[in-house]
Amino acid sequence: MSLPADYLKYPWRRHGMDHDRYAFSNLFERPPVAWPNGAKVALWVVPALEFFPLNPAGKPFKAPGSMATPYPDFRHYTTRDYGNRVGIYRIFRVLDELKIPASVAINSAVAERYPALLQEVTRRDWEVIAHGVDMDVLHYGGLAEAEETRQVAVAVEALRKASGQPVTGWLSPAKCQSFATPDLLAAQGIEYVCDWVNDDMPYAMSTARGTLHSMPHSTELSDRQILIDYHFSEDEYVEQVCDAFDCLYAEAGDYGGRVLSLPVIPYITGLPYRIRAFRRAVEYVLGHEGVWAAKGSDILAAWKKAQA
Amino acid sequence: MMRDPKLYEFWPYVDRPKITWPNGARIAFWVAPNIEYYELDPPSNPQRTPWARPNPDVLHYAQRDYGNRVGHWRMMEAMDKYGVRGSISLSVALCQHHPEIIAACVERDWEFFSHGIYNTRYCYGMDEAQERAIIEDSINTVKVATGQRIHGWLAPALTHTERTFDLLAEYGFKYTCDLFQDDQPQPIHVKQGRLISMPYSLEVNDVIAYNSYLMSPRRYGDVLKMQFDQLYEEGAESGTVMCIPLHAYLVGHPHRVGPFADALKYITSHEDVWVTTAREIADYYYANFYAGICKQLGMTPGEARA
Repeated sequence: MSLPADYLKYPWRRHGMDHDRYAFSNLFERPPVAWPNGAKVALWVVPALEFFPLNPAGKPFKAPGSMATPYPDFRHYTTRDYGNRVGIYRIFRVLDELKIPASVAINSAVAERYPALLQEVTRRDWEVIAHGVDMDVLHYGGLAEAEETRQVAVAVEALRKASGQPVTGWLSPAKCQSFATPDLLAAQGIEYVCDWVNDDMPYAMSTARGTLHSMPHSTELSDRQILIDYHFSEDEYVEQVCDAFDCLYAEAGDYGGRVLSLPVIPYITGLPYRIRAFRRAVEYVLGHEGVWAAKGSDILAAWKKAQA
Repeated sequence: MMRDPKLYEFWPYVDRPKITWPNGARIAFWVAPNIEYYELDPPSNPQRTPWARPNPDVLHYAQRDYGNRVGHWRMMEAMDKYGVRGSISLSVALCQHHPEIIAACVERDWEFFSHGIYNTRYCYGMDEAQERAIIEDSINTVKVATGQRIHGWLAPALTHTERTFDLLAEYGFKYTCDLFQDDQPQPIHVKQGRLISMPYSLEVNDVIAYNSYLMSPRRYGDVLKMQFDQLYEEGAESGTVMCIPLHAYLVGHPHRVGPFADALKYITSHEDVWVTTAREIADYYYANFYAGICKQLGMTPGEARA
């Protein structure tokens, strides 16, 4: 049996990308970006506060961290909740002691269930990033656009109301999107999205509702990838973050400012045996001249200013 | 389906004829960056769906795209620093999508070979006309874009048919990187013409090392050095081939490129290393060893085809 003739047709085979979301661009040929005070590397710490329902529908798949054993999976439900009750407070303490801000990605369900937790973010004047409704409400190809429009609105409006912040950043649960997601986010006043892990710097994306920006929220340097998916030790986490920083810091001298993002999940990094590794990694970075610990919205504003 | 594809003769790794590489080198060392294009909305093949998630799988698409926007340039800088030219396993549609990358490789006199049209289009289920079409597309596309006639093949996403190697030989390809049975080149059985397998060292491919064997970036650098040490030692008896197959979307990350560059420094600091490309290895092998090895294996040497 042969494949249909269409299998050898390539309608998007052309100069540039196979879509119209963004243009191709070589990172090393862009005009250098100057961060405030001549900083070389912007450090962007992004904890995530997530709610995993006990009865996930798992459409079109169960997000990483979801329930895994037959219902009722109290084991994973409470393990995830540990992050929101205990682990995140360890992360807050490290950031407080090192006097650096964070952008916190929050499911709107968490803001509604645990208003005290949201207040910990807002009272520090940290940034709230909209992280969808909960970890079982995914945005994906095949989802009806009206339903996705509603999902975006529910999450963004609830987080804006509860935080009093403009909430201009978005991280999709499981970094999953439909073809329409960037259009729907821009329509809701979202200015940057964290799902496209194809760059080490911000860049502009096109949507039906104007410009959206992609922010470099790393998957490769996330605690989930290094510690859970790759099974590395805490020492290796520190080693890899520090090696990445060294590379970016050296590059900044030749090519302009860089961003080091550290996504952390409180039920992973917030465990007693891991929190000190996180501290060591951040301390190493902060031990260098020219490091600017910043919120995502401030990094994007500085990047935009540098494009002018 | 065949129980035994009879691709090649059994050839024990003892008492082989001595291969000596140019200038008395005992190891031929080549680096194979896979420069790939993955589509955002590819069609499904009946035997393999390109993405784990429904299209558009933006997370995994963007992970691959990182290689072309960011990783490639870091990897290339490390190779430049140690005088290593790449032999590129190319999704040939990249000639249309990113001629900027192709130009940078041409400028460095790197070699191109085909890795299919896109790494999201698989050969499973292709009829002969379709498989010929992608081979001819590959030859023509790279010729127009670079002036090079390609002579090597690594099937897109390692998807093959039973006729792949016969077709490659018929079209005048010199080598295939699809077979992993040896650390030296070896003649392959084909219906007409000739073809050799080029050692591609899949076990030290960065995808396999990082994502299957879960090696840390530094351990991968150490593994490359250990791989080299052993092949370098054995190469004194009969010349070996070491390849580092790479993907810029992995090795080009800021926490990974350093240990890779360190391994290149180590390897290229040795005497008796021929730092080269796959085509140069194949040409030297055909000119000096192919006929004799065919004879030893009881095979009839094939004629070169244009």
